[in-house]
Amino acid sequence: MAEIVLDGVTKRYPDGTVAVHELDLEIADGEFVILVGPSGCGKTTTLNMIAGLEDITQGVVRIGGAVVNDMGPKDRDIAMVFQDYALYPHMTVRENLAFPLKMARTPADVLRRKVADVADTLGLAGMLDRKPAQLSGGQRQRVAMGRAIVRDPRAFLMDEPLSNLDARLRLEMRTQLSRLQKRLDTTTVYVTHDQTEAMTLGDRVALLRAGYVQQVGTPRELYDRPANLFVAGFIGAPAMNLLPATVEDDRLRTPLGPVPLIAAHRRALAAHDAGREVVVGLRPEALEHAGAGNDTGVTVTAAVDIIESTGADMYAYLFLEDGEPAASAFMELTATDDAGSGGSPDGRQLVARLDPDTPAREGEPIELRFDPRKLHLFDPRTGIRIPMP
Amino acid sequence: MRAARRTVGWSAANVLVLLWTLFPVWWILALSFKSPAEIGTDGGRLWPRHWTLGNYAGIFRTSEFLHALLNSIGIALIATAIAVSLATMAAYAITRLRFPGKRWFIGLSLLVAMFPQISLVSPLFDIERGIGIFNTWVGLIVPYMTFSLPLGIYILSAFFREMPWELEKAAQMDGATPFQAFIRVIAPLAMPAIVTTAILVFIFCWNDFLFAISLTSTQRARTVPAAIAFFTGSSQFQQPIGSIAAAAVVITIPVVLFVLLFQRRIISGLTAGAVKG
Repeated sequence: MAEIVLDGVTKRYPDGTVAVHELDLEIADGEFVILVGPSGCGKTTTLNMIAGLEDITQGVVRIGGAVVNDMGPKDRDIAMVFQDYALYPHMTVRENLAFPLKMARTPADVLRRKVADVADTLGLAGMLDRKPAQLSGGQRQRVAMGRAIVRDPRAFLMDEPLSNLDARLRLEMRTQLSRLQKRLDTTTVYVTHDQTEAMTLGDRVALLRAGYVQQVGTPRELYDRPANLFVAGFIGAPAMNLLPATVEDDRLRTPLGPVPLIAAHRRALAAHDAGREVVVGLRPEALEHAGAGNDTGVTVTAAVDIIESTGADMYAYLFLEDGEPAASAFMELTATDDAGSGGSPDGRQLVARLDPDTPAREGEPIELRFDPRKLHLFDPRTGIRIPMP
Repeated sequence: MRAARRTVGWSAANVLVLLWTLFPVWWILALSFKSPAEIGTDGGRLWPRHWTLGNYAGIFRTSEFLHALLNSIGIALIATAIAVSLATMAAYAITRLRFPGKRWFIGLSLLVAMFPQISLVSPLFDIERGIGIFNTWVGLIVPYMTFSLPLGIYILSAFFREMPWELEKAAQMDGATPFQAFIRVIAPLAMPAIVTTAILVFIFCWNDFLFAISLTSTQRARTVPAAIAFFTGSSQFQQPIGSIAAAAVVITIPVVLFVLLFQRRIISGLTAGAVKG
C-alpha cells in the first residue's frame, strides 16, 4: 500500500522526441487512477517509468514517499499486468503464479497457500497444471492478474489488460477487475485508450495527449466540465457535438439556430474576455425529441441522415443545413487521433441520443429540443473551456 | 493419374538421394568388418565375405585410439559448453542492449568464422608454442571456441530477436534480477536454439582435423581425427584401412547419438501461449 507521486516527470528519447512533458500526478493510497488517451499520448511510457522499465529523463517519481528514480523494477515492490499478458510459456499456471513468490524467497508452505488462495479468487483452481498455451484468452488474462496480486505488492500497474479480449469478455472482466480492486484496496494505475473503461473503472482519470496532461479529475468532472475541446471530444460516446458560434447581444448564433444567452453564459463570457467567436459543445444525450413532454428549451429542426439503434438507445446523425465546414485550426484542437471515439465534428453534423421510440426516419426532418444550460462554451483560439462561475 | 506419377517421381528422387548419401557410410561400415587380407584383395565388395570384429578389437587394444577418444570427448564437450554459454549471453546482450556499432558487431564476428582456417594454422602454432599451450587441451579448445562462438552468436541472436521482450519485463516486475530473468525465463525458452547451436558446435569440434593435426604433437591432446592419420598396419606391409574404417565408425556414433538425443528438445512453437494468440 503506497501513494505514487509524479513530480515534473519528463521522458525524452535519445533522438530528441519527448514522449512525456513535465507530468504532475498524485495518486493516493488505494486509489484507482486511469491514464487514458489516444495512441502515442505517452500513457504507456508514463506507466513504464513508474514501473522502472524506462528511465526518467527529468523529474521525480515517489512511491510510498521514497524517490525511486534510480531503483530497479524489482526493488519497487509493484506488480504489472501486461497487454499481452507475458505469461511464462514454459511454466504451468501454478509455476507462473508462484514465480513472484519464489523470487521473493517465500517459504514453501506460505507459497503453496498463497497460490491456492489466488487461484480460488480468480477461478483458476482447476487449471493449475496447464501451460498458458492450453488456456483461453480470458483464462490467460486471469493468470496474468493472479501473478500480479499474489505477492501483495504496494501498487498495481496495468497496461491495457483487457484490450485483447473480445467485447463480451472485456465487459465481464471489467466488472471483475473493479470488484477485485475495491476488495484489495491497492493503489492501481491503469492505462487504456478506451474512454468507456476510463469512465467506468477509475476513481480519477488523467487524460493525456501528445505527452501533455489535458485534465485530471473524477470521470464525472471530465464529463461535466471538460477542460478543453480535446477532453470534450474524447470523453463520452458518441462524442460531444462541437459547433462554431458567434456571440450577438443577447444570443448565440449557431448552426443550430439562434440560442438565447442565459445569465450564466453571459457572466462567463464577460469574465473570460472571450472574443465574439466561440465554440459551443452539446452532448448527444442533451438532445431530445421535441414532441415528448414539456416544451421548454431551444428547438432545432434538422434532417436525419443516419439512424443507429442499439436497442436501448437510438443515435440519430443529423445534417445541419445552416452549418458551415469547420476551419482546419478548429479540427486540430478537437482531433482525438482515435477513429473509435465517435463522429468527428465538421460543423455540420449533429449527433443526438434519443429514446428508441422516437418517430425518426432517415431522410426526414425531425424537431429536437435542448436546454441551453447544457451548452458548453470553449474559446476557439486556445480550445480552453470558458468557465462558468 | 498425374498425382500418382508425381508421387513415383518424388519417391525415386528420394531413394536416389538416400543412396547417394548413405552409400559411403555403408562402404565404410563394410570395410570396418573385413579382415586386412580381404581388404587387400577384395576391398571393393559391398558385403564382407567373412565378418570380423578384428578391426574394432584392434583399435581398442591400442592406447593410441582410446586416448584420442578421451581427448576428443573432453575437448569437444568443454569447447561446446563454454562456447554455447558464452554465445547465449553474448547474443542476448547484443539483441537487448543498445550500444554504438551494434549492427556491425554480428557481421564482424561472422567474419572471424569465415576466415580461412589454414591461414591461421602457422601463426597459431607459433603463438601456442610461445605461451606454452601447444599440444594441450586448452590449445585446441581456444581455437575451436573462436570459430564456433560467432556461429553461435549469429544463430542465437536471430532467435532472441523473435522473443517477446515483455517476458523479461514481466520477470523483472515479478522481482527477478536481470540475471535471474535470463536464467529462469529467457534461457529455458531459448532451449531449441541453444541445443541447435550446441549440436553444430559439437560436430565442428568433433570432426576438426586441421587444428588437431597442427596443434598437437603427441597422444596428450591428439583427437581421434588426427590420431587416425597416425594409424599403422600391424606390419609395414599392411595398410591400416580396416582400423581407420573401424575408428571412423566409432567416432560417428557419438554424433549420431547426440543429435538423436537432443533433437526432441528442438520443438518448434515452444513459446506458444506466452502472449496473446
